[in-house]
Amino acid sequence: MTLHEHATPAEKVAAMGSLPAKVDVKAPLVSQEALTEGVLKLTAVAPSIALRAMPGQFVQVGVNRGGTLLRRPLGIAEADPATGHVSLIYRVAGKGTLALSQLKPGDEIKLLGPLGHGFSTKPKKPLLVGGGMGLSPLLYAAGYLWGHKTEADVLMGGRTEKELFWQKLFNDCAKNIHLTTDDGSLGTKGFVTTILPELLKENGYDLVIACGPEIMMKNVAKVCKEHGVPCEVSLERRMGCGLGACLSCSIDTVSGRRKVCKDGPVFPAEEVFF
Amino acid sequence: MKQFERLHTNLLGIEMKTPVLTASGTFGFGEEFADFVDLSLLGGVMVKGTTLKPRRGNEGVRITETAGGAGMLNCIGLENPGVELFLQETLPRISQYGMNIIVNISGSTVEEYGVLAEMLDVPGVAAIELNVSCPNVREGGIVFGTDPEAASAVVKEAKAHTRKPVIIKLSPNVTDIVQMAKAVEAAGADAISLINTLMGMEIDIERRQPVLGNVTGGLSGPCVKPVALRMVYQVSRAVKVPIIGMGGISCWQDAVQFFLAGTDAIAVGTANFANPAVTMEICEGLEKYLESHGLKNITELVDWLE
Repeated sequence: MTLHEHATPAEKVAAMGSLPAKVDVKAPLVSQEALTEGVLKLTAVAPSIALRAMPGQFVQVGVNRGGTLLRRPLGIAEADPATGHVSLIYRVAGKGTLALSQLKPGDEIKLLGPLGHGFSTKPKKPLLVGGGMGLSPLLYAAGYLWGHKTEADVLMGGRTEKELFWQKLFNDCAKNIHLTTDDGSLGTKGFVTTILPELLKENGYDLVIACGPEIMMKNVAKVCKEHGVPCEVSLERRMGCGLGACLSCSIDTVSGRRKVCKDGPVFPAEEVFF
Repeated sequence: MKQFERLHTNLLGIEMKTPVLTASGTFGFGEEFADFVDLSLLGGVMVKGTTLKPRRGNEGVRITETAGGAGMLNCIGLENPGVELFLQETLPRISQYGMNIIVNISGSTVEEYGVLAEMLDVPGVAAIELNVSCPNVREGGIVFGTDPEAASAVVKEAKAHTRKPVIIKLSPNVTDIVQMAKAVEAAGADAISLINTLMGMEIDIERRQPVLGNVTGGLSGPCVKPVALRMVYQVSRAVKVPIIGMGGISCWQDAVQFFLAGTDAIAVGTANFANPAVTMEICEGLEKYLESHGLKNITELVDWLE
């Protein structure tokens, strides 16, 4: 039994006929640009994934060179069924992302997905809370909600102003953007939880969606609980297959052992933080 | 529907549309790959290792890639829901795919293998694979797999409690694989599968700590293929029972090498993670190889070595 009662569009696609819910495709890059030092945005052509992808889902990325065996899981930052483009935003952190960062337009990657269960997509007044690379899937959530006539507010935190380059990416798809930095170089000095209680009190949000460092999500979930606002979190774990087979990403939940790749990565906060 | 005319085989009385199986622990219960693989075309799915009681597996990092991307280390630690839940929920659910289901079992005592073998002697289970070679659990596992007498005792116990064919999966972490193979054959094993993973480790030089939560883990992937191939070659010359060869098979060319070395069927493991459709690609490659070499059936390729 899954924790999610709603079927993903991909599952609906599968239920309608013999089309698979997930696909593995070769995707040529159309662009790759640096957003800031060590953080890149890659856009590839993968219509069958763009058609199926929901906010919060991820892909397993395969790079043919660079000495990697396993694929690397990356959250979907943008997916446009009209153009067939799928975008990923990632930090160069190891061998896999380094190999990925060296690819040029026209080069091919393999994309397996969309994988996992994403965020709830029918909130009336959502607040998206994120930090670091966690803001990547939130960007897709904001864009998707905006396209479905739901204006999301965003609260993002970083160590310094430099880490909040995300602000400009959310400008076109979020209503109010709230910023915090550890050093006060931009927005409120402190963490996202410094201003979260006030935002929850003033705005009547019906859902908080959090994605970022686990300690941040835990603290966000705690504040949400205190204010009686439902909270969804997106977990990150080392993955082998991304399909629920290798059990690399098993976690404890209130419903027993679950796999982040298949049952998540998005979970109701109270299912995983207890 | 796709057919492979030259790949049909029969192993242990089990009709197989192809001699390509999937290795335990690398393919879940098969259903996870249904979007990418026609499961009924596989020779069989060796499902995730099953134990008498549920196991939560090891804590900490469970999988890491090894240098050069040539291998993978894992220390999952046999996480599984236990045999009762498997029989109640999993087996009925996965039976709809029309695949041969081979259940991999692990006991912490010799008697437990008998209990598991008996519980799994039910319709829908094609065969039992005895796991005596898991390097990642303290009790049981590899203890039985590195001692010919203990491995034989496990085979005898399982055989006494089931009518299903019994396959035993051998560990490469032994001095003499041939001695192990002869011992389990004499004990009544219907088939031998080999190899399980090679015990290994990796260290994070900045944190100065083992990468894996369990310190050591099982090495798999392309880097172990030569070791696996050598062991299949040696064992196939020493025993008469069928062999299911595995260890680093990532493409059809690897598969051809295993058949030439004397295996009767192959199983694909780690490669499923990198490419979920790899088993079907291997079947296609094998079919073409047989055709271009004038062979009518895969059985003609077995041991076809100059």
